[in-house]
Amino acid sequence: MKKYLSFFRLRFSMGLSYRAAAWAGIATQFVWGGMEIAMFLAFYREEPGKFPMTIEGIISYVWLQQAFLALFAAWMLEPEVFESIKDGNIAYEMCRPMKIYPMLFARAMAMRISRAALRCLPVILFAVLLPGPYGLEAPKGAGRFALFLGAMILGVLVTVAFGTLIYAVTFFTISPEGLRLLVTSAMDFFNGAIIPLPFFPDKMKQVMEILPFAAMQNVPLRIYSGDLQGNGALRAVMLQAFWLAVLVAAGWAVMARAERKLTVQGG
Amino acid sequence: MIKMEAICKSYRVAKRNAGFREACRSLLNRKYETIKALDHVSFTIEDGEMVGYIGPNGAGKSSTIKILSGILTPDEGKCLVNGRTPWKDRINHVREIGVVFGQRTQLWWDVPIIDSYQLLKDIYSISKETYNHNLEELTELLNLKELLKTPARQLSLGQRMRCEIAASLLHSPKLLFLDEPTIGLDAVSKLAVREFILKQNREHKTTVLLTTHDMQDIEALTRRIILIGKGRVLMDGNLEQIRQGGENIDETVAELYRAYNI
Amino acid sequence: MRAAVLLYGHYVSIHVKSMMQYKGSFLLAVTGQFLVSFNVFLGMFFMFQRFSAVGGFTYGQVILCFGIFLMEFSLAECIARGFDTFSSMVRKGEFDRVMVRPRGLVLQVLGSRFDLTRIGRMLQAVVMFAYGVKAGGICWDIPKALTVVFMLAGGTAVFFGIFLASAALCFFTLESLEIMNIFTDGAREFGKYPVGAYGKRLLQFCTFVIPYALVQHYPLLFLLGKRTEAWWMFVPLLAFWFVIPCYGFWRVGIKKYQSSGS
Repeated sequence: MKKYLSFFRLRFSMGLSYRAAAWAGIATQFVWGGMEIAMFLAFYREEPGKFPMTIEGIISYVWLQQAFLALFAAWMLEPEVFESIKDGNIAYEMCRPMKIYPMLFARAMAMRISRAALRCLPVILFAVLLPGPYGLEAPKGAGRFALFLGAMILGVLVTVAFGTLIYAVTFFTISPEGLRLLVTSAMDFFNGAIIPLPFFPDKMKQVMEILPFAAMQNVPLRIYSGDLQGNGALRAVMLQAFWLAVLVAAGWAVMARAERKLTVQGG
Repeated sequence: MIKMEAICKSYRVAKRNAGFREACRSLLNRKYETIKALDHVSFTIEDGEMVGYIGPNGAGKSSTIKILSGILTPDEGKCLVNGRTPWKDRINHVREIGVVFGQRTQLWWDVPIIDSYQLLKDIYSISKETYNHNLEELTELLNLKELLKTPARQLSLGQRMRCEIAASLLHSPKLLFLDEPTIGLDAVSKLAVREFILKQNREHKTTVLLTTHDMQDIEALTRRIILIGKGRVLMDGNLEQIRQGGENIDETVAELYRAYNI
Repeated sequence: MRAAVLLYGHYVSIHVKSMMQYKGSFLLAVTGQFLVSFNVFLGMFFMFQRFSAVGGFTYGQVILCFGIFLMEFSLAECIARGFDTFSSMVRKGEFDRVMVRPRGLVLQVLGSRFDLTRIGRMLQAVVMFAYGVKAGGICWDIPKALTVVFMLAGGTAVFFGIFLASAALCFFTLESLEIMNIFTDGAREFGKYPVGAYGKRLLQFCTFVIPYALVQHYPLLFLLGKRTEAWWMFVPLLAFWFVIPCYGFWRVGIKKYQSSGS
């Protein structure tokens, strides 16, 4: 555990030392969020009756999405990992006294959390300070906030578990780059990064909500914005836990096979 | 002719301290310090001369080369190369110089060498006759015949350096700046490169300014040496002057660095 | 001028040659480009499954808008990729090489990259444009066809200006470049809907500060017959003014580079 923590600290202070980059990133995410909200408002003005979420809800959704972008973004699948699997350098990692699966898992976790830690607070702070309907609302009730936190943690874990499963599958493909492209765009589409799931047609939405992609950012952001409540919210969180278990088990199994394959080939 | 008079150049760099708390602090407030890269550097190099420009890392060698090739504008001082101020008349100035940066390539990675050369012909607007003549001569002297049809990425370091040098000479420059041309080369390639540079200097009267850490380069190529340290010219003389007695040249130079405390 | 065009053509031919060395990854990159913007399209498609219009524009009209705007962007990206990836050029020191060649800097940087993989995006833009032409409910005539041509020219110029400005920013900071994403990727992403849909203040910004609206919102009104005076067709050409301050900023950046060397 200690080595993961020190890895995290290193990443975090590395991020901090590039202060201009940090400010630029925060500003970019802020403008991006603002544009996104302006876009949804444009649709709202046109036909308010057809809007599937509340205005405050979608605005909170967008701000939280921006604040925690690094936690859930599909493009955070690291090209270097794909590269090292392709050219076989990953074999060096096998010499270390760590299993590959937890190593890659922890590495992805540290990447995402350290990046998000730097940026989320300023974005949230700005968003809270914005006037009227444009701002991020305060959480409604301690219970729901607690559920939101739980769903956040599960969501990040599912995202990372999915990514690590993809790394494992990479050992068995001829074109890691192609796989990365496909997975990234599928993730973006199905996890609610392009448009939140409630905006899809009902039948589609019902299917999408069961998929593992929906267990990523979709659940926590919609719990916070009040779109998922009561039993529905609980069911969604349980589904997250289910997917986490499945993805970790699958990732672990595939990685074990990959390790055997590597050993047989001699790296 | 190169004439540098009292050239000064300083940079402002951000201080970046280690440690977690320092990193947080620098997010809001950052300190800068000024570093003098060149401090009243003066020298003159006549046409057809071959000069070794040496000094430890960070002494100001590459700043000098950058000023001479028109990339960098100095803070103070005068510099004339063939009657022009490099940074004021960049395009006309660079027509007459060739630059080899030892650790960076100017060749296109994925296409045959000859394609890179043909592009250079267009970039420098070299006439057909001059181009053909130079290419023929360089191919002969550097033994490039087999290499011209190969993409740069498939060449060894030594082969690539030979192609690199030829690329810098296609437009018959009067002046050649070589920045560590033999770095990382094997013994055979080193000898070939040195021999070629000597020949180029002798037959075309090309003025050569050479920076290197390899003292054997210096020994093989140059009579005159300019030693720079902490941004100042510490010594401008010939090899014999430096070599007091018959020690080997690496030790002599290390001795010099120590004597000047750099 | 003619020599410059010829030289640029020579650069392009070498890029194409290099690219053909890696046909597999070329195809992959094209697919990737396609998938990324296809996602954006899907998002829009599903929004219109629910809503019938945005800012007074119907689905067919928005598709037309997105198609043209995406073409403008990918044209500029294909040509000016050298400026888009300029930070790596500066970081790797390749810009020094550009400085020691007797040609205009802009021309050389333009020539340094030519990204054909952008046809993935272009292809999609063309398909959407074709669909939008059919579904947009426009009576086509020569002024309207000309308007589209002007839009493509003006839009490419606007994005070229932005790439130029973000390249110039590299001379001041390599770290805070991310902010330019707002004006490149952000514009591409949010430019799918006519600027006017986002509200009056943004429309003003995109008219007078960065003239996206001149190559998107206003000429679209003319195409759709919401404005009928003939002079509307020339509005996209006004966007060319934007290149001037961007070039000015680039010049300032070059001066800075020459004085700091980094």
